[in-house]
Amino acid sequence: MNVPTMADMMAQGKQPEVLFWVGAAGSYDDRAKKISRAFVKILHQAKVDFAVLGTEESSTGDAAKRAGNEFLFQMQAMMNIEVLNGYEVKKIVTCDPHSFNTLKNEYPSLGGKYEVFHHTQFIQNLIAEGRLKIDDTTLKGKRVTFHDPCYLGRANEVYESPRELIKRLGVNLTEMKRNKSTALCCGAGGAQMFKDAEKGDKEINVLRTEDALETKPNIIATGCPYCNTMMTDGIKFKEKEAEVVVKDIAELIAEANHL
Amino acid sequence: MQYLPNIIFALALALGLSFFAMNIRKLLRNIKLGKEVNRTDKKPERLKNMLMIALGQSKMVKRPFSGFLHIVVYVGFIIINIEVLEIIIDGLFGTHRVFKGLIGDGLYGFLIGVFEVLAVLVFVAVIVFWLRRNISNIKRFLSKEMKGWPKNDGNYILYFEMVLMTLFLVMNATDASFQQAGIGNTISQFIAPLFDGFSPEGLHTIERTCWWIHILGILVFLNYLYYSKHLHILLAFPNTYFANLNPKGQFTNLESVTTEVKLMMDPDADPYAAPAEGEEEAIPEKFGASDVADLNWVQLLNAYTCTECGRCTSSCPANLTGKELSPRKIMMDTRDRLEEVGRNIDANKGVFVDDGKQLLNDYISPEELWACTSCNACVEECPVNIDPLSIIMDMRRYLVMEESAAPQELNMMMTNIENNGAPWQYNQQDRLNWANEE
Repeated sequence: MNVPTMADMMAQGKQPEVLFWVGAAGSYDDRAKKISRAFVKILHQAKVDFAVLGTEESSTGDAAKRAGNEFLFQMQAMMNIEVLNGYEVKKIVTCDPHSFNTLKNEYPSLGGKYEVFHHTQFIQNLIAEGRLKIDDTTLKGKRVTFHDPCYLGRANEVYESPRELIKRLGVNLTEMKRNKSTALCCGAGGAQMFKDAEKGDKEINVLRTEDALETKPNIIATGCPYCNTMMTDGIKFKEKEAEVVVKDIAELIAEANHL
Repeated sequence: MQYLPNIIFALALALGLSFFAMNIRKLLRNIKLGKEVNRTDKKPERLKNMLMIALGQSKMVKRPFSGFLHIVVYVGFIIINIEVLEIIIDGLFGTHRVFKGLIGDGLYGFLIGVFEVLAVLVFVAVIVFWLRRNISNIKRFLSKEMKGWPKNDGNYILYFEMVLMTLFLVMNATDASFQQAGIGNTISQFIAPLFDGFSPEGLHTIERTCWWIHILGILVFLNYLYYSKHLHILLAFPNTYFANLNPKGQFTNLESVTTEVKLMMDPDADPYAAPAEGEEEAIPEKFGASDVADLNWVQLLNAYTCTECGRCTSSCPANLTGKELSPRKIMMDTRDRLEEVGRNIDANKGVFVDDGKQLLNDYISPEELWACTSCNACVEECPVNIDPLSIIMDMRRYLVMEESAAPQELNMMMTNIENNGAPWQYNQQDRLNWANEE
């Protein structure tokens, strides 16, 4: 798969239209890597001139910050900002709402000012500009429910672009009882992904999966690699793998367009 | 002798108001124990927030049933207070229903008629609130932190309002001249027949008694506020005005850390340099918060504003799955500790004397703090824009940066970020492998 790096681009004296910030999950997590690849296929189809940082990318520091380690966060932020500013990056797109939030909101006061998009926003723009079409026949008739990622939804009030894209798939979009601003967390945010949950009577991802299953979906759509993992685990816990799949919106679009 | 009631009234009023002023001073003093944070920018947006959220109750109605009842009580409470103004003037100058002569029978009758209807509506709403709190099994009223004073406080407020509304209606019903005039006695005309057999003197005594208990009750209620969750009727306004306007996901970047990190990353910095003159004596700033004085004043204002409704806790994913965390408890603990610190200062002639306690551990446990997913559901839910998450984050910062007391797995995650640039233990050189794995 052709994934150019900023270093390659610079060597050729080129400046890409947008930087794809892959994120640690998108780079290393086996499930999330599929999302990265699906998104790249969409970028290729829409002939977007993009590049990644590749080995020059590092953790945004989101998990460290939310765990309380402001030192580590700012070290990461300043290193990343140095690299990004070195390449004169203006526009960034990412499939990870945590990177999205951090780059968009927390980097500017440390000297990193960019125009940052979540991939659903970016794809929506591509459609609006006529650069991409979504085939609405492949997934026609499927029941899809969308789980709002906290760091995209409540944290940044992006509720519509994922839904607009899902509707374009020609599917039947159903809402969970807790949705948009009242959506329930998948349980992974605030660095919870990296530790066991505190003692309780249930896991948060199981409760959220129950919310989703109440809508009797064929597909649970996600827009965050961590949500994806948590919901996938929830479906396994509920032994519903045969009936329900968890897919990122980028994967659904790639599938619809036979990419 | 004929001026005795007026003198007693003036004294009661002065006493009630000065006691209230004293408590407000204490309140402001305590809030100012918090650190400085600038919330004076974007004034139009702040004003709009205050008008929409505090005055317009726009977030209350997200739960329509309790939201509607709350609006009834709120509107009733505010509007009926016009009547209190008349009572104060009457009390001070020995007049009777002074507004009647001033604004004419028509308008006066209309106003009092509206007040009477509102009084009944408030009474009914308050009964429903009482039933919700005490009879129906609504989980957020039954949480651990709602035992004892918080539960009683909620009920006392409801009893107070029932009594005040009853007194207002009975006062009108036993005011013979008002009933005869037949203006504005919309509701009280149906209560008046209860007193049919009473002598004019008897009626007058009941009317005066109701009048006195009503106004004294209001003065007591005013002074009850400081000790009660009911303080929100005043503080909801500044609280929404000074609330955070940034996106909810945007956490503060600690400036003290920025300075240090810049120094660490600056290749020209001399690590052995002597501190600049004047700096030697400065106590290094504490990272994060372990006690109330480490929080900022808006967070402390938040704590005083919290009315313990529990909407935050009932939407908290950690709480919903049985974990120790309750955002409401975070706010209640912060207020309790702040009050304790305030009493300590009062007892020690204006200075805080270390009492060996702090907000962390003595009130809020690390287990609560680590259960938070930082999802912002509590912040979103709060009808008056309280931000429990910011307190949780500041306390996590203290745990991690001052005490290195993060859970072991998080320490490993942070070590990985430090060494590999990712929360997992992968080599940074493998970061682009995903592109060629299909």
